Amino acid sequence: MAGTAARPRYRAGAGDGVGASIGRVVAYVLLIVLAVAIVYPLVWMALNGFKSNAELFGDPWGLPTTWRWENFGRAWSLGVVRYLANSVIVTGGSVVTTILFSSMAAYALTRHRIPFAGPITVLLLGGMMLAPTVALIPLFRLLQAIGIFDTYWALIVLYTAFRIPFTVFLVRAYMITLSRDMEDAAVVDGASRWQIFWLVIMPLSRPIIVSAALLQALFAWNEFVFALVFINDTDLKTLPVGLLAMQGRVLSDWPVLFAALTMASIPMILLFLAGQRQFIRGLAEGFGKG
Amino acid sequence: MTGTTRPGRWSMLLWVAPAVLLLVVFVYYPVVENLRLSLYRWSPFSPREVFVGLDNYAALRADPVFWSSLFNNAAYAAVSVVFQVGGGLVLAAVLEELVRGRLKGILRTIYFVPAVLSLTITGLLFQFMYNPQIGLVNGLLDVLGLDAWKHSWLGESATAIWAIIAMSQWQSVGYVAVLFIVAMQRIPRELYEAAYIDGASRVQAFFKVTLPLVREMTLLAMIITVSGAFLVMNEVWVMTAGGPNNASHTLGTWLYKSAFFNDQMGYAAAIAVVIFLITMSASILQLFLGRGKAVQY
Repeated sequence: MAGTAARPRYRAGAGDGVGASIGRVVAYVLLIVLAVAIVYPLVWMALNGFKSNAELFGDPWGLPTTWRWENFGRAWSLGVVRYLANSVIVTGGSVVTTILFSSMAAYALTRHRIPFAGPITVLLLGGMMLAPTVALIPLFRLLQAIGIFDTYWALIVLYTAFRIPFTVFLVRAYMITLSRDMEDAAVVDGASRWQIFWLVIMPLSRPIIVSAALLQALFAWNEFVFALVFINDTDLKTLPVGLLAMQGRVLSDWPVLFAALTMASIPMILLFLAGQRQFIRGLAEGFGKG
Repeated sequence: MTGTTRPGRWSMLLWVAPAVLLLVVFVYYPVVENLRLSLYRWSPFSPREVFVGLDNYAALRADPVFWSSLFNNAAYAAVSVVFQVGGGLVLAAVLEELVRGRLKGILRTIYFVPAVLSLTITGLLFQFMYNPQIGLVNGLLDVLGLDAWKHSWLGESATAIWAIIAMSQWQSVGYVAVLFIVAMQRIPRELYEAAYIDGASRVQAFFKVTLPLVREMTLLAMIITVSGAFLVMNEVWVMTAGGPNNASHTLGTWLYKSAFFNDQMGYAAAIAVVIFLITMSASILQLFLGRGKAVQY
């Protein structure tokens, strides 16, 4: 991503007459209107979390008369804390396994001449063509047969398996470009492959690893279908499914639900704001095949 | 080649083994197994399979909900191509060309934010946005004096799927726009400079320079959007669960409902085969386009 600020601007173009100035003002207004339209529902969601039911129905556009933080407390204990913890476990677990297995595979495929490299690459990347929905019914039986149905492992294993192709794609493209110099020096120093992988290749690949980890976290955090079908135990539900279950549990005390939605939104928004560049870089790199 | 001269070339297979095993067992095998299962009749509670040949597919053909689901997916795809890809492209171009400095970064971030939220969150939020009593959508129509346009958006068969599709546009247009922005930033400025020296206006520059150079990206975005539209399930299940009267089902929700509410696992597998064929065609198309990566910057 090239820095945009450093670009020379050419203002001599024929498009800079009076008409273009009006056009520019109109465009600015539209851009701002769009930004408001995108943000406003989210602000409304957060504000509603502070209201009473009477306020919500009486004056849906207004501000809350008092800031009822207790709604957030109730939402928290009604399930948000549990679902949040489950999401953290499943997301964290699958980020670790996805990054580890994908990087190992990418390392073997790009830095060594392994047997069947061609077919293995096709197999790994070809998985990107297969949608989770298509595997849903057989997986329902498979997970029961191997005894991980209704456990964290069901989600961690599936989130890993279905995201290895995309992650290998990202990491492999990056590792191919790394120079061999440091690796060769490490070999001369007597480093093992495992050491080279951890001490040379992974640190050099850090930018793409961060991007891939962020995208995996985004995927696992928001995944719905597997979490819906393969988890029955309420105590194991992740946020996307747990929030749906909460809808019935708040007993029409809708501000509590809004409080829950608001709290559930915060982690990903923060993660995105913190790693925006890496997020977008990964998406842009992967978009061609993702 | 350091790795190859050392012994144990075969031992490197261990490095790819976890990835390969996971994929074979949890991705490839189920997809193939699904093809087989679509020829059987069985329910989750009586796992005894009865071979029924193509009966499940015949049932699909005769099922009006299957066809309306397919239509809903197609509508999803069509609207998303126009608003997310088309809209995202224009939005990206305007943002890239007109806005400078901090405002540009802020707007880009704002547009992107909904895309990182779970569809359950945005789905539940928009359930309230469309609520006839407190919803902002009807409230806005009131303010604009368009009372006649008010609806119980998710409660009416005719509007439910469109309301869901609209929510999806709100959530994703910024995401696609940001991808276009990245593509546009890779276009060398000299091309624009040359165009402006030749007397081109900004709009002309968009059509003569930007558009041709993001053409491939646009096609890919279209294919991915269409393919994604045929997998839609989360927001529909959250907002309407396919209702009212099964009017807003998509293939995904109808599959889920058939399998786990109507106990027709074989039938659901047949729906999955249809989804497989559609998304696979999109992927193959994508592969061919990817091969023709001729645009050099």
